[in-house]
Amino acid sequence: MTIGLGHYLSVAAILFTLGIFGIFLNRKNVIIILMSIELILLAVNINLVAFSSYLGDIVGQIYALLVLTVAAAEAAIGLAILVVYYRNSGSIAVEDINLMKG
Amino acid sequence: MYQAIVFLPLLGAILAGLIAIAGARARCPGEGPPPGLEEGAAASDHGTHAAHEHAAQGHDAHDAHAAGPAAGGSRTAELITTTLLMISMILSWIAFVQVGFGHHDERVPVFTWILSGDLKVDWSLRIDTLTVVMLVVVNTISGFVHLYSIGYMEEDPYRPRFFAYLSIFTFFMLMLVTADNLVQMYFGWEGVGLASYLLIGFWYHKPEANAAAIKAFVVNRVGDFGFALGIFALFALVGAIDFDTVFAQAPSLTGKTMWFFGWHPDVLTLICLLLFMGAMGKSAQFLLHTWLPDAMEGPTPVSALIHAATMVTAGVFMVARLSPLFELAPNAQSFVIFIGATTAIFAATVGLVQNDIKRIIAYSTCSQLGYMFVAMGCGAYSVGMFHLFTHAFFKALLFLGSGAVILAMHHEQDIRHMGGLKDRIPYTYIVMIIGTLALTGFPLTAGYFSKDAIIEAAFVAKSPMAFYGFICTVGAALLTSFYSWRLIFKTFHGEPHDRKHWKDAHESPMVMLIPLGFLAFGSIMAGLPFKEIFAGHGVEGFFRESLAFAKGNSVLEDMHHVPLTIGILPTVMMAVGFVIAWHFYIRRPDIPVELARQHEVLYKFLLNKWYFDEIYEVIFVRPTKWLGRGLWKGGDGWLIDGFGPDGVSARVLDVTRNVMRLQTGYLYHYAFAMLIGAAAFITYFMFAVH
Repeated sequence: MTIGLGHYLSVAAILFTLGIFGIFLNRKNVIIILMSIELILLAVNINLVAFSSYLGDIVGQIYALLVLTVAAAEAAIGLAILVVYYRNSGSIAVEDINLMKG
Repeated sequence: MYQAIVFLPLLGAILAGLIAIAGARARCPGEGPPPGLEEGAAASDHGTHAAHEHAAQGHDAHDAHAAGPAAGGSRTAELITTTLLMISMILSWIAFVQVGFGHHDERVPVFTWILSGDLKVDWSLRIDTLTVVMLVVVNTISGFVHLYSIGYMEEDPYRPRFFAYLSIFTFFMLMLVTADNLVQMYFGWEGVGLASYLLIGFWYHKPEANAAAIKAFVVNRVGDFGFALGIFALFALVGAIDFDTVFAQAPSLTGKTMWFFGWHPDVLTLICLLLFMGAMGKSAQFLLHTWLPDAMEGPTPVSALIHAATMVTAGVFMVARLSPLFELAPNAQSFVIFIGATTAIFAATVGLVQNDIKRIIAYSTCSQLGYMFVAMGCGAYSVGMFHLFTHAFFKALLFLGSGAVILAMHHEQDIRHMGGLKDRIPYTYIVMIIGTLALTGFPLTAGYFSKDAIIEAAFVAKSPMAFYGFICTVGAALLTSFYSWRLIFKTFHGEPHDRKHWKDAHESPMVMLIPLGFLAFGSIMAGLPFKEIFAGHGVEGFFRESLAFAKGNSVLEDMHHVPLTIGILPTVMMAVGFVIAWHFYIRRPDIPVELARQHEVLYKFLLNKWYFDEIYEVIFVRPTKWLGRGLWKGGDGWLIDGFGPDGVSARVLDVTRNVMRLQTGYLYHYAFAMLIGAAAFITYFMFAVH
């Protein structure tokens, strides 16, 4: 069995779905939401690389590198915000973060 | 001089009003301006208060028994207003001689009041004979009433307010009689209505007084509505509202018609009827009379000044002033006679059985005003003015005399509880007798000349209603005599019914007796010397162009040629009424009781004033109340509050409350919303855009 484009896309789709569910079903920890976002970005990366190799176009891989960079920066900033938030409120449980409740 | 006559009472009212305000502040210091403002004013203010109180203590030492502490400066207010009024009175008598006999008619411009498009309303004083007659009446009666009130209101703690009201009333009344155009007249007209309201409700802690004040105001509003419509109609047709222009244009309006609620009446008749509606309200004529007896809730000097001598005659004055219009509208004149005659007889019948001393005189006033309107309707304007002039004296005298009786009886007003007072208060008894003689038309008293002249005028007038007027006025003369003597007999003669009060009864102080003396003098002397100029051959030379007589109007001339039987008929009626009253209340006091029992339905009918109050209650008051409640509960509460501003704001709150509930504050809900949104967008672009 050759591994074709469809398989890559399937993996990416599964990863994406896992990321989405990670955001919605998680009631405990904000860090898990950050990780889920990473997962979604990875799914996008896999798509980009898969299409790049399939179409023989290098631009997709360049984009994948770009996304990785952004994801790293985003993770760093997100974690920093979380640290500050924890210092201020003493909790990073998702249930407690509802300052925007009307 | 004319400015002084008119504006001195205003000055007095303002000064007395300021004293009243200062007194009120002294009584309730807490209700001053906010603390921040007071810093500077307080020091000077306290100074004046102290001075006032000091002065008051000096003057009012004998006032220790007063119900409350007299306001500071009460005596000052009394003296200021009374003195100014006396000056005004003397000046108006001078003016009377100057204008009436010296023929110095004048227009005193004060300033331009309204200037808007075609409408130009000047503020100016129209001084002609008609005006000076009224000036004399108003200022003389008002001056004496001021003087009398010093004694009568002695125990009242709010005297400065009372005197301020009395003076402001006098000012408005003078404004009314000196008016040079209808708007200025309307200003005075409404002003006296306001003053009347304030004075009827002077004892505002009494619910009946408040109710009577509101009733007087509302009933007058009905009449004033007609008056206002009349002024509008005149302006629409003539384009001006000053008397000279209107009178000059009036003849060109004869025969014209105008659209009025779907029919096309003759304009002059319509205008005169509308204007007369105002007169009916102010002069308490039949159908709009209900407020006058209730107005007796006010202090007695007020009844004498406003509700007998001056304000209620404003309607008569208005018809006389507008005589050039009424002369052109014979139908309106007939209506005036009809209303006047009906009032004369109606009020007299009610007066027969009333028991409140002031109400009897109030109905008598109503009846006498009817006489005046009969004269006006007959075209004998000067005769109506004559009765107005004499009536002011004897009716003010009767009211002030009854005030003295009420004071002597410690505020007892029911004549059934009086009796035998002639030995206790002989001076009051004598002046009351003089007033009654004048009212009933005893020969050579003031009322004799004017009342006889009216009856003669009604006899000779050519109006289709004139005979009805004649019958009614003659009948009313009999009834007048009867109820007036009934009042005298029940009050002053017979056995005292309330022995304790009878023993305590005392003559009034000098300050009250002097005005009574002057008015008694007027009641006798206001007739004969003035007969020629009001009802004789001197009318033309005295009134000149201030009254208009149409070409065919020869009432004044024909009056002198009535048969002798007609001439002495009123005197006979007076005598018969006296004899019946004497028989009923001195010789056989059991007869009236027996009569009342035999004719109970009639007695009740008269005692309840022909059930007018009850009928109006059912026809007007209840539906109005019902409508008001409906609009309040349904219109305001349900509709406006439910769907109007309050309703809208309530709905907005509902919506926002639901929108607010969407904002849970949980991150995953927002993320979910974003995802759904993104998915919806993508789906849309994938399937719908192609």
